[in-house]
Amino acid sequence: MTVTVAWYMTLAAGLFSMGAAGVLLRRNALVMFMSVELMLNSVNLTFVAAARELGLVEGQVAALFVMVVAAAEVTIGLAILVAVFRRRATANVDELSALKG
Amino acid sequence: MVETVVFVVFAIAAVVGAVAMLAARNPVFSAMGLLLTMFSMAVFYLLLDAQFVAAVQVIIYAGAVMTLFLFVIMLIGVDRREDLGEQIPFQRPVTFVLAAGLFAVIVAAGSSAWVTGSAAFGDPNMNGTIESVGRELFGGWMIPFLATVFLLTIAAVGTVALAQFGPGGLRLAPRGEDEESEA
Repeated sequence: MTVTVAWYMTLAAGLFSMGAAGVLLRRNALVMFMSVELMLNSVNLTFVAAARELGLVEGQVAALFVMVVAAAEVTIGLAILVAVFRRRATANVDELSALKG
Repeated sequence: MVETVVFVVFAIAAVVGAVAMLAARNPVFSAMGLLLTMFSMAVFYLLLDAQFVAAVQVIIYAGAVMTLFLFVIMLIGVDRREDLGEQIPFQRPVTFVLAAGLFAVIVAAGSSAWVTGSAAFGDPNMNGTIESVGRELFGGWMIPFLATVFLLTIAAVGTVALAQFGPGGLRLAPRGEDEESEA
């Protein structure tokens, strides 16, 4: 039994769904961020699996670009979290429901 | 055969890591679960002949991003446990149903579209060494690569600007001078 690209795609779909569930389920903004990272990673897995299947190296280049955007996103997001925490002393999104600072 | 065993073992590890990230009340355990998933991803990239992406995955995600996450967790309070009580009733079952539906839709769409019927039209011996990825990246993808340079620069500048925000709003002067002028 050989590993086909469909296995990777199915696994990536499962991890993506778990990441989406984490964004909806968790109250902690940090864990929500981690769930977003999980979703980005699963998309990277589909890119690399498709690159292997089609024999094109462009899929791996796309995965690298996704990694760059994810790194920039996590930097800004964590800076926003720290700024919010310094002002409101919480990372719980239920307590951050007001629009005014 | 070896590939199948490695795939199954690390697929289980990746799913266990993701479930641990979802279920853990302590954010540090969530970060550890995500770390396991990230590392399993690097193994999958190796199985898919993407050596350079696997190395980048370990260095960037398992190294830099998870260290940043753990640093922020330690900074803003590690021992406060999250209150998992819901404010919206039925949110949790609805979430699970939505996630399962999303999974089913993705798998159905993918299996009916091209996962089963595609043939390789590139180089079948494609290998994701640093040389082949670098030729592609600095060949046809030079402009997007330069755009990521701007993106990362803007992200770094934005992080420094956000670090200046405090309880008194934006403070651009060094702290020592500011306190002297207030006194």
